[in-house]
Amino acid sequence: MSVYINKDTKVLVQGITGSTALFHTKQMLEYGTKIVAGVTPGKGGTEAEGVPVFNTVEDAVKATGANVSVIYVPAPFAADAILEAVDAGLDMAICITEHIPVLDMVKVKRYMEGKKTRLVGPNCPGVITPDECKIGIMPGYIHKKGHVGVVSRSGTLTYEATHQLSEEGIGQSTAVGIGGDPVNGTNFIDVLKEFNEDEDTYAVVMIGEIGGTAEEEAAEWVKANMTKPVVGFIGGQTAPEGKRMGHAGAIISGGKGTAADKIKAMNDAGIEVADTPSVIGETLIKVIREQGLYDKCKTH
Amino acid sequence: MNIHEYQGKELLRQYGVAVSYGTVAFSPEEAVKAAKELSTDVVVVKAQIHAGGRGKAGGVKIAKNLDEVRTYAKELLGKVLVTHQTGPEGKEIKRLLIEEGSDIKKEYYVGLVLDRQTSRVTLMGSEEGGVDIEEVSEQTPEKIFKEIIDPVIGLTGFQARRMAFNMNIPPKLVNKAAKFMLGLYTVFIEKDASIVEINPLVETGDGNILALDAKFDFDENALYRHKDIVELRDFDEEDAKEIEASKYDLSYISLDGNIGCMVNGAGLAMATMDTINYYGGTPANFLDVGGGATAEKVTEAFKIILSDKNVKGIFVNIFGGIMKCDIIAEGVIQAAKEVSLNVPLVVRLEGTNVEIGKKLLNESGLNIVAAGTMADGAKQIVELVG
Repeated sequence: MSVYINKDTKVLVQGITGSTALFHTKQMLEYGTKIVAGVTPGKGGTEAEGVPVFNTVEDAVKATGANVSVIYVPAPFAADAILEAVDAGLDMAICITEHIPVLDMVKVKRYMEGKKTRLVGPNCPGVITPDECKIGIMPGYIHKKGHVGVVSRSGTLTYEATHQLSEEGIGQSTAVGIGGDPVNGTNFIDVLKEFNEDEDTYAVVMIGEIGGTAEEEAAEWVKANMTKPVVGFIGGQTAPEGKRMGHAGAIISGGKGTAADKIKAMNDAGIEVADTPSVIGETLIKVIREQGLYDKCKTH
Repeated sequence: MNIHEYQGKELLRQYGVAVSYGTVAFSPEEAVKAAKELSTDVVVVKAQIHAGGRGKAGGVKIAKNLDEVRTYAKELLGKVLVTHQTGPEGKEIKRLLIEEGSDIKKEYYVGLVLDRQTSRVTLMGSEEGGVDIEEVSEQTPEKIFKEIIDPVIGLTGFQARRMAFNMNIPPKLVNKAAKFMLGLYTVFIEKDASIVEINPLVETGDGNILALDAKFDFDENALYRHKDIVELRDFDEEDAKEIEASKYDLSYISLDGNIGCMVNGAGLAMATMDTINYYGGTPANFLDVGGGATAEKVTEAFKIILSDKNVKGIFVNIFGGIMKCDIIAEGVIQAAKEVSLNVPLVVRLEGTNVEIGKKLLNESGLNIVAAGTMADGAKQIVELVG
């Protein structure tokens, strides 16, 4: 088991003929992801990396039964690409694109209300269920199949944590990058709920960063609902106020969104928070040992 | 991206939003000329820098005649103003806004900002204007009112009126205040602002509602569709190294420590700073070279890091996912040769092609300290810098 995606997921690549999309399409195919279609307006009827290309998402879904799309469309057109995926009734749209204007995303979120599609991202590395399905830009080889769920606002920091877990013989059920933008489709709580219900996930790593209050809200939820151990890390503990740290959403403003507030909220909810990113794996192992879950989580 | 008060007011004027009248001046002569054209006897001379707290820091002067305008303009231009937002180094005043004096009856606050919890633009207002709004929100949160705006409908008339009534604006001025807020919302949306703050919004003796100050911040990701806003950029207000970095699509932020950092990915870059701090060092910068760094980009990143005279050592921390470690290693070697590196360099490489990358570094003949993990690298650079 896993969350969101698995070996049966049929993937559609929006913007497939762009150079980044082509590169990652090849990587995903090599990993074993079932990519059934691509979409680039005006390139319908051609092929890219052996995948049939369509003019519209609707056409692609009708012809191939694709149920999840991954979006590599450039920022000025990415919001429209998300709307098209939602309109076509896909189960999920994973938007990798960064630098989308935030007011575009405000409209997208409004449009998505009451629709069935789940959006992951934007500005995220994607979602991976090891050995089954990789959707996005993360390096496949650092992941191992197993029972720890990973959810994160940052790409490379997720690789760091996942790599530590894999090196220690702790595989992952699914790793979800929710992205570093202030307005995104899927938040920590959405993913934590899925991991809580997933029979094959025994523990969770949650990686946040400064800015906003998503981690505090997630901690509240964990305190009230989570039945599995969660360990965490917050990036930007030493970032100065008022400086945007690369991600559009990573900024401390008006005294809100500090790492100290987030760590406190997480500790209050029983989430052990690693002091440095180098010990995220160690921290998780310590916690699962204490809870008698280590042997179940040790996969290789 | 921030703009100056006078630019913000010009923008508001274009949208029919009431602001106090004034002109920008770059010299005492221009200041006097601008003051002559104003209709009031009392003239306000305001320092234009990208930071709040100017009034308290002595950057706003009330002049009663043209001689005083000249005196104040001479005094302010070239002066370094230190406010609670500029940091201890302050900012040099290079522009002044020469403005008509207003007969202020009462000061209010209005602002528009993105609320991350609801993913909606939110109008905020308070009758406690002219003071630090963050203090108001801490001490008397019940005096701050919010209206969450549906992006399909936009700010509605009833929401704007409700806000005006909540702010205790006199009933006969509520419609003027509502019109002001509706105009403000239109500017916010049409120009892709991320923050607009009017503090204070004032009620004048002759029964008007107008903006006495205007603070704008724009969404950098939307600037591609607002050439007019891009033209308002004042490079004097920004860090030279940050401007240089943006030319190469590098995400760089100056900090005040002495360990230069070069990392791929924003999250890992922040975490690297944290780790350096954890081991007792202080980072000189935040730098994300991005996912598609080339040898050329790495070289430029090195040059920018080294242009900071405080840098006593560099820590390169790369988790090569899609980006291959051998490419990074080549970039580091090329850069170290080009810039004649004379500070300690610690490199931690992990990920795709890590063995080839490490081999390249070892055989380069450069004085590079290899680190096994991020923690190991941070510890080593902190020790080397001393």
